[in-house]
Order: sequence, then structure tokens, then C-alpha cells
Amino acid sequence: MPLPSKMEISGLDVFYGATRALYDVDMKVAEKRVSALIGPSGCGKSTFLRCLNRMNDIIEGCRVDGDVLLDGNDIYARDLDVVQLRARVGMVFQKPNPFPKSIYDNVAYGPRIHGLTNNAGELDEIVESSLRKAGLYDEVADRMSAPGTSLSGGQQQRLCIARAIAISPEVILMDEPCSALDPIATAKVEELIDELKEDFTIAIVTHNMQQAARVSQYTAFFHLGKLVEFGDTEAIFTNPEEKRTQDYITGRFG
Amino acid sequence: MIEKGWQTSERATRRLKKRYRRERRLKAAGILAIGLALGVLVLLLGSVISRGYPAFVKTEIALEITFDARLIDPSGSGEAKQLAKGKYGRALRQALFAKFPDVVERAERRNLTQLFSKAARFELREMILDQPDWIGTTQRVWLTAASDVDMLTKGSLPRDVPQAERRLNDQQLAWVDHFEAAGNLRTVFNGGFFTGSDSREPELAGIGGALAGSFWTLLITLVLAFPLGVAAAVYLQEFAPKNRLTDFIEVNINNLAAVPSIVFGLLGLAIFIQLFELPRSTAIVGGLTLMLMTLPTIIIATRAALAAVPPSIREAAHGVGASPVQVVSHHVLPLAMPGIMTGTIIGMARALGETAPLLMIGMVAFIVDIPSAPFDSATALPVQIFLWADSPERGFEEKMSAAIIVLLAFLIIMNALAVILRRRFETRW
Ligand SMILES: Nc1ncnc2c1ncn2[C@@H]1O[C@H](COP(=O)(O)OP(=O)(O)OP(=O)(O)O)[C@@H](O)[C@H]1O
Ligand SMILES: [Mg+2]
Repeated sequence: MPLPSKMEISGLDVFYGATRALYDVDMKVAEKRVSALIGPSGCGKSTFLRCLNRMNDIIEGCRVDGDVLLDGNDIYARDLDVVQLRARVGMVFQKPNPFPKSIYDNVAYGPRIHGLTNNAGELDEIVESSLRKAGLYDEVADRMSAPGTSLSGGQQQRLCIARAIAISPEVILMDEPCSALDPIATAKVEELIDELKEDFTIAIVTHNMQQAARVSQYTAFFHLGKLVEFGDTEAIFTNPEEKRTQDYITGRFG
Repeated sequence: MIEKGWQTSERATRRLKKRYRRERRLKAAGILAIGLALGVLVLLLGSVISRGYPAFVKTEIALEITFDARLIDPSGSGEAKQLAKGKYGRALRQALFAKFPDVVERAERRNLTQLFSKAARFELREMILDQPDWIGTTQRVWLTAASDVDMLTKGSLPRDVPQAERRLNDQQLAWVDHFEAAGNLRTVFNGGFFTGSDSREPELAGIGGALAGSFWTLLITLVLAFPLGVAAAVYLQEFAPKNRLTDFIEVNINNLAAVPSIVFGLLGLAIFIQLFELPRSTAIVGGLTLMLMTLPTIIIATRAALAAVPPSIREAAHGVGASPVQVVSHHVLPLAMPGIMTGTIIGMARALGETAPLLMIGMVAFIVDIPSAPFDSATALPVQIFLWADSPERGFEEKMSAAIIVLLAFLIIMNALAVILRRRFETRW
């Protein structure tokens, strides 16, 4: 791979209690590029994604083995601080989940708890620029104190993206961010992802093959907890090495 | 093989009719049950209110009193201290005997004075202490009537029974009628019922002392049970590892919530009074005992409220790098607060109505002073009801019913508050 990789995953196994969700996954997440994770439902895409910022820690009975390196450092190391890790590796969830607070406070929350600024004007700027980057600013500029939950689904999802980028993470993980959105909102988010890769490293789970082809530079195909194929998006979609990949992409199963 | 068009066949129509009949029967049974419950409630409230509301008024008798300086201020100093020692009882009697000059026999005279409450002379004293310039003048003043007169004017004492079975004899009835005919008898709002404390005289007894006792007791309960309960629930629900020990604790908290309250009373007696030697009959011990009883309720309600906060909110907060404590304190706890408050209010309402454990720790004494601190001897509202229910005097019956009205009013207000809170903040996500 020509580009430097931001995250390197090797020999990753994940167990939920006795059931195994991931088998020996090796993968690299390229810096300032979009990596798409595709595969049939239940194959472990979300599980994999959640390993990258240790969100699996909060799931009862979940065990993770293997190495996940961020800039060469093991994020499962004993002395690593999870709070700091999650500030570096942000996440956008499948279902929009704004806090039941104002639009402003949703975006300002991260900068506040991490003490990024104690100047009100500066915080306003962070909120505004995050909302602008998320393509939401113009729609909400005149109702910043309205509750985040009063927005439409697509707006809520962009609010969640603004919330994630407000603390300037290095990596953004997105778990099917468009699954609850209509085509227009989806197009907006896709456009946004394309812009975000200038500044951020992005890993995105999607069920939409066109979307994976449109937004990503690298694609990983998961099946039954195993990483079947990983490589350039173009190569995967035009000339997959594995039969299973081809079958899935062409819609023969999944 | 299912026949096509079976939906409109005769058999299907019959079955449908039967189904509707069954539905109607179920509905009728439900309405009947609700009607029954409402009927019983109306009956209960009706009987309590009709018996209790007379206690909110009292009877007074007007009398021309001559505040003779020789009786009230013999030293002529006019000092409050001297005035407080005046012979007001004598002044009352003199006024009465002057009004009814043909009453001369000792027994008759005693019957006459007994129309007035024992507190009448203290009322006269208050008047003089307020208006010292009344000394040496004659004033028409209203004085509290004795309980028997009070009951008579309220119609709770029958007149048409033989004299021997009556609390007031014929002569006394005639006097009362005489006062009434001259416009010297009235019923007024009985403020003393709310501010006064218990008394041996029914016309003087009030729930002020019991209310103060309940207030201190519940204050102690709330101040201890709320933070302890919420902290325990937050730890168990959000931070504690799931293992045998926490399972064991959980099961036992649920068991504790089902323990009869009298057992908590015995526990309070053993621990707080016998072991820690805290003073008996005090609000502090009552509050601690009710705290033990309320704690499981609050813990269970809080855990349910915490569990109801959607996991997506927790994920969102973790996702932007909030620490576990921040996730709970910034997001989960505020969202769970309405549920926690509801549970707490319901727990407190239960504690307010609780009698048995307070009997065990001696909060059942006859206490005349209104408690002004948790370490004062006190009783509580439900215990006061219990005490009055036990009193032989007829006059306490309406007091008891009135105290029940007040207790029910508090309970209804608290439960309404809980409902409002729940409605108000029900779905915020
Ligand atoms: N919290 C959990 N507890 C137990 N098992 C889980 C849990 N989460 C996921 N699993 C199991 O792990 C496997 C992978 O789940 P995962 O959510 O990663 O799939 P996915 O690829 O994201 O599927 P989808 O596309 O439907 O979201 C599934 O078999 C699932 O049942
Ligand atoms: Mg998933």
C-alpha cells in the first residue's frame, strides 16, 4: 500500500461471551482516506469498527484479542487512556443519537469536557465551523438553542457528525451513517465524507455498494467474521480476487 | 385446504359475532371493577370528610368581661410579667355570674363555667398582653366554648335523649340556647387545629405538633435516603461488575423492599435506640427508621430509571470521549432524574403514612410541645390519628377524621406531583 496507514490491525479476534464474532482480522486504515467496510448482515463490521476506538469496552462480556495500532501504538495497551483514545478516534453511529440538549450544546459538549477552550467566543467559533463542515450550519444557524432531537433524521445525523468533528479527532468511524436517511440527505453526507477526508482518516460501514464505490478509496469485505478481501476500492469492485466478494458485490447473496 | 372466500362465510360471521360478544363482556367487567373501586373510594372519602370537616371550625361564646385592675394587675405596675399572673379565671367567672345572677349554687355555677374551654382564661390573658389599655374597662370578647358545647352546636350531640345520657344537662342546654338567641354564639375557622399541638381537651387539640414531627421525620428520611439510594443505584447499575456478589446484593434489595414496615421499626429500635442510644420518641430516630424502609424503594426506582435511559445516549457520550463518570453525571443521571424523583416522592408518601415502625420506636407519646428540632420528642401525623382514634372523648372523633383529611391531602398532593413529573419529562429522547 503506497500511503502511510493510520491504524494497523493484526490478528484481531473478538468474542461476545462464548460466541466468536471476528476471526483473525488483519487490516490497515490509510491516513486521510476513506476505507469502506462491506459485507452481509451479522458478519462483524460493526464489531470490527467498535474495536478501533474500544467502544466494545462498554459491552458486557465482550473480549478482544490481537493488536490494534494507532500511529504505531497499541490502543489496547494497559497504560492507554480510553478517554484520550476516543478523543482521537471519534464515532458516528448507525442511528442518529443527538443528546437531548440544544443543537449548540450537542456540538459544544466535546470541546467543553476536553477543555479545548474556556473562551466563549472561541467555543462559538468551534461550534460554527464544525456545523459548517457537517453542512448543517445554514439550516440551524437561527435555532442553535432548539433541542437537537427536534431536527429531522438527516439533520440529526449531520449534527452527530458535527459533534464528532468538533473535537478534531484524527480518525472518524462511521457505522452505516446513511441507513436512516433519504437519498438527498445521503448525498449530502456522502459529499461531506468526501470533504472530510482532507482532514480526517475515515472508516465507514455501509450496506450500499454504490456508496462504498463512490466514497471510498479502500474497501474491506467481511464474511462470517472473517476479512475475505481487502484492497483498492476500484480493484475490489472491478476485479475481485475472491469468488465470494464478487458474488456479494453483484448481489448474489447478502 | 383453506376455502376461498371463507372470510364472508356464515360460520366466520358467527365466530366474529361471538368474538365481539366476548370483547364486550370483558369490557363490561373492567368497567364494573373500576366502578367498584371508585365507589369504595368515594364512600371512604365521603365518610371521612363528612365526619372530619366540622373540626375545621370551632364554637365561640361572647361574654362581657370586666377587666378589673384589682384582679389583673393588683400591683398596678402594668408590667407584662405581672399581667401574665393576673386572675383571669376569676374575671371570667365574675362576668358569668353577673350575667346569670340567679345561679348561686356551687354545682350549678360549676356547670355554667364548664360551658367554656379550659383555655378561655389563657385567651383572656393573651388579650390583655396584647392590649394592656383594656385594664379597667369592660369588653365584649369571644371565648372558645367547651368541647361539649362545640359538639352540640355542630349537631354531633343529640338533644332528644334523657338528661342522664347527655353530656350537657337541661340547664346547660338552656344556657347555650340563651347565648345563641342573643347572638352570643358563633362558629369560626379553627386555626388552632393546624397550629396547636395535642391536648387533653378536644377543643384545643391540633395537628400542628404532629405535622412538625412528620416534617422533621421526613426531612431526615429524605436527606439520608435520597443521596444514599441514588448513589447505591448508580453504582450498582452503572459501575458495579456483574458477579455473584452484586447479584446477591440485588436480590436482597428487592427482598428488603418487601419486608413489612413493623420489622423496620424493630430494627430501628434495636439499632438506633438500644445500640446507638439515640433518644426515644424523636424525629431523628423516626427519620432513620423510615430511611431504612424507603432506601430500597428509592434504589429500585432509580435503577429502573437509569436502565430506561437509551444505550444510544451512553454510546454517544462515550464516543466523544466522556469518562464513565461524565457519561453518568452529564447524561444518564439528568435523563433519569424525573423517574428518580417520581420513585422518591412515592417512597416519601409511603413513609408519611407509615405508623407501625414509629410505634415501635416510641413516637406514640402524648406530646404537648411542638418539636422544633429532630432531637425533640415528637409524634407524627398518622400516629396522632392512631392516638385520637384511641381516645374515649367524643370530641376527638372529628379531630381524628380531620387529621385523616389532612394526611390524605398531603398524600394526594405528593402522588399528583409524581404523576406530573412523569408526564412532564416522560419522553425527551
Ligand atoms: N452485544 C453483542 N452481544 C452478543 N453478540 C453480539 C453483540 N453484538 C454483535 N453480536 C454478534 O456478533 C456478530 C457480528 O455482529 P455485528 O453487529 O458486528 O454485525 P454487522 O456486520 O455490523 O451486521 P449489520 O450489518 O447487520 O449491522 C453477530 O453474529 C452478532 O449476533
Ligand atoms: Mg452493524
